[in-house]
Amino acid sequence: MLAVVGTVPDQGFPLVAGKATLQGDRLYIQGNEVPVNRGTPALLAAAIKTAETLGRPEPFGYLIGDIGLGDGSRLLYEYLTRHIKENDFSTIAFHYVQPDVDWHNRVLLVVKEMTRRPVLIADAGFMYAAKMSGMASEYDLFTPDVGELAFLADEDAPHPFYTRGFILHEENRVPDMIARAYSHKNASRFLLVKGKDDYVADQGGIRATIKKPAEEALEAIGGTGDIVTGIAAALISAEWEIEKAAVFSARANRLAGHFSKPTPATQVIEIIDHIPRALAELLLGKK
Amino acid sequence: MALLNSFFKQKALKTKKQNLDRGILIFENTSEVIRAERILKSQKWEIRVMGPPPEIQHGCDLVIEFSLIEELNILRTLQEAEISPLEAVPSTSPLLKPVDIFQVKDYGAHLMVRAANMKLTVEKATLTIVNVSGGGCPDVPYLAKELVGKTLNQAPAPREIGHTLCGYALQLAFEEMKHRCSQ
Repeated sequence: MLAVVGTVPDQGFPLVAGKATLQGDRLYIQGNEVPVNRGTPALLAAAIKTAETLGRPEPFGYLIGDIGLGDGSRLLYEYLTRHIKENDFSTIAFHYVQPDVDWHNRVLLVVKEMTRRPVLIADAGFMYAAKMSGMASEYDLFTPDVGELAFLADEDAPHPFYTRGFILHEENRVPDMIARAYSHKNASRFLLVKGKDDYVADQGGIRATIKKPAEEALEAIGGTGDIVTGIAAALISAEWEIEKAAVFSARANRLAGHFSKPTPATQVIEIIDHIPRALAELLLGKK
Repeated sequence: MALLNSFFKQKALKTKKQNLDRGILIFENTSEVIRAERILKSQKWEIRVMGPPPEIQHGCDLVIEFSLIEELNILRTLQEAEISPLEAVPSTSPLLKPVDIFQVKDYGAHLMVRAANMKLTVEKATLTIVNVSGGGCPDVPYLAKELVGKTLNQAPAPREIGHTLCGYALQLAFEEMKHRCSQ
């Protein structure tokens, strides 16, 4: 089973742990309702759509409200250290939480004690903490966008906000940044880099480049990166190989985006609605 | 001797990794440090007063160490108390500066500005913010909720309602967008 760890932008939202379901543009978990805009709810919605298509169970969510004060995230970290071992997850996707190296390390320590070591995916704030802690290589998949890849490539930067200019200038040279991230041990076993072109890479270099269908507007739409991570996480929990799942999820996101006829003003839920069709067409080999 | 050097190098590296999510606030004089410490501790911030790292060539003999991610929130707290640090920098690499490179993409009817990991997109005809994307801190979805659908002039500045470095990066994109749209 897939577990997804993250936050929702509502300070009053309680700490919940349970199966997540989707109805229209609303996510439901333990009697609580969350609108799907972007962030972890978008990741969960994409994972649910993918799981439905594959006939797999819904993902398990660990969620809490946090608007950036970090209070919710710290409660969530603490809860995970006490409870995450209670379930047998095949895959865990860590997402929007306040980056905190100390808490990250405590959670990782507990996860490593699990009876069956899950496949570990990190994106957003948890990926920042994983890089800062020097533990990036403990993870199986990071899913950065190009700006975040520059941060992974900069061994000195404690956050993307402090990425050095000479690395930001290399943004048209994604392969170089990938190599730099690996050379400083700031990358996971596989990287799925989301951007104008998507890249799947490992220590040995670029494994795949995904360019089509090309929809330039997707870069402006908040939550498209979360969709890719959600689809990849659901595929990996369905026992797909990581590399294959990463390539497939990038293609599925592009295709779902293409079906939504996106403009820079499109909202992510409009793309999520097209995930089942995109997955079906890719699985049938039509695209 | 070589073994001892290796031990100290490893220890320094470990300390550096441990402090990677910390920042330091540099002040003009010690009395400002003491005032800032009192205010921040009264609001339950986890901070500590310490000596500055050798790279810091300005300010007084004390600095305050804080959670770097929450820089935007902590600076706002000090601003409300009318205390202005000279600088806020990462504790492991005090010479690092915030990003000052902006990537701009013109979609015709829309314009997107990216600063570091944050992207802001507006409809040119109405100056309405239509999307916020990127980022990884929990205030990003919150900021998006508060900004999308409002014009650049109606929307609250991310620095006023954000809390983290992602919020700070969005503020830079917001300012750059305003600058470009006013030309």
